[in-house]
Amino acid sequence: MKNPKRIEKIVFSFLFLSTCLIVVPVGFIVLIVVIKGLPAINWQFLTDVPREGMRAGGIFPAIIGTIYLVIGAILFALPVGIFAAIYLSEYSKDNFLTRIIKLAIVNLAGVPSVVYGLFGFSLFVIFFKFGASILSGSLTLGIMILPIIITASREALESVPYSFREVSWSLGASKWQTIRSVVLPNAISGIITGSILGIGRAAGETAPILFTVAAFYLPQLPRSIFDQAMALPYHLYVISTQVPNVEEKIRYGTALILLMLVLCMNLIAIIIRYRLRKRKTW
Amino acid sequence: MVIKLKGENLNIWFGLIHALKDVNVEIYKNEILSIIGPANSGKTTFLRMLNRLNELQPNFFMKGKVELDGIDINTIEVESLRRKVGMVFALPTPLPFSIFDNVAYGLKIYGIRNRKKLEEIVESSLKKAYLWEEVKDRLNISAFKLSGGQQQRLCIARTLAIEPEIILFDEPCSGLDPISTAKVEEAMIKLKENYTIVLVTNNVKQASRVGDRTAFFLNGELIEIDKTPKIFTAPKDKRTEDYIRGKFG
Repeated sequence: MKNPKRIEKIVFSFLFLSTCLIVVPVGFIVLIVVIKGLPAINWQFLTDVPREGMRAGGIFPAIIGTIYLVIGAILFALPVGIFAAIYLSEYSKDNFLTRIIKLAIVNLAGVPSVVYGLFGFSLFVIFFKFGASILSGSLTLGIMILPIIITASREALESVPYSFREVSWSLGASKWQTIRSVVLPNAISGIITGSILGIGRAAGETAPILFTVAAFYLPQLPRSIFDQAMALPYHLYVISTQVPNVEEKIRYGTALILLMLVLCMNLIAIIIRYRLRKRKTW
Repeated sequence: MVIKLKGENLNIWFGLIHALKDVNVEIYKNEILSIIGPANSGKTTFLRMLNRLNELQPNFFMKGKVELDGIDINTIEVESLRRKVGMVFALPTPLPFSIFDNVAYGLKIYGIRNRKKLEEIVESSLKKAYLWEEVKDRLNISAFKLSGGQQQRLCIARTLAIEPEIILFDEPCSGLDPISTAKVEEAMIKLKENYTIVLVTNNVKQASRVGDRTAFFLNGELIEIDKTPKIFTAPKDKRTEDYIRGKFG
């Protein structure tokens, strides 16, 4: 006996449960990190250098290091990524070279992050002689998030209706004038959102900075882009596995700060998207 | 009669599709030439050839020559050609700006920044498109807030603002109600005094109402072109007669 209503109910519950399952780990991660990490958070923890072999003091250099790395990665990857996306979706013809480039971008996104780390090490640290430095780390992270930025930007550009471009051309606008005054203003929200999400990922990555910038212990702030720096993800790894007898709340406190940093960036992305979308009239 | 546009032995392919076949045509200054024909007959391809908008399609290939005032249009810089040959599209296509900025768009692109001058041209263009009275108090609202018919007249005003010599209309009333259609047609007849108009239409009656001459396209060929009353009362070709009488298409 087939009862469509009963099957409907079963299917619905099944789909609903699967969806709920996604929320569970996110909720648990945040909950555990907050409960265990919150006691460690105080003014000293945020503004002091690590002390007593990283068992006390704060994580200020790691926070600053991560912020520097993120800014460096943005400065490099955002312009390159957006320009490449504009070229690919507005100018390039569908030929062999374009297809190779598009394939390369897809594959770039699939490269494991530790491979990026090795690549950055051999290219920037050794070959270009930048040494283990903020410059090398930023460039490595930048390359890692390039495919994310390019893909997000292309999607945003391609979501602008083709008719807008045709109208603009028909009024005597050149291709670049059309991109600047019609296409980009309507794609910018998507570009920014996608880029920030990519950058959020860069902030939390450990492997690419492992060989290119991260210092084990460096109780002062970097003074130039050729200095090594501490970074939150690597610091977390160090105090969790390399240094014995680190208090649990310091480890979870560090994790909490990293998590907040990434979630903050995602939140900013969501707010920007929301505000720019509200302005959109079509 | 002065020949404004002249096409010789025009052939267009999109990949393997032969979209326009050996078309020879002359378009006179200050006339409305209506182009009728069933779907896929090459009407729009012909129209978009005149402002070189076809070139942006992949696999586009063309043979033949189009002359504007005796000058081969392929030798004119494409941006300046499109300033001389304006176009109004089938569906209303406002840009995501305010009413004012839509009309002023072409001018701004051209480098006109003087606010007073912009205001003057926007007002006169909207008047010529019979839209001024309806929007004069709300030029700063989004163009998407207008009705379909108003949007289409806005698009006409936007095209007029760049002061073209020729205006191409690609089925401009296909999405409009009869009253909006009447307004657009009224605007076209008035515009003919100063512009040359090429009107592609699926509406045979519209062609008979506004066209000085009418051309009938079928499968990429120009079957017949003549004065509108002649086409509609005594067409030379049987296929023209069948199409006009509604026997196919």
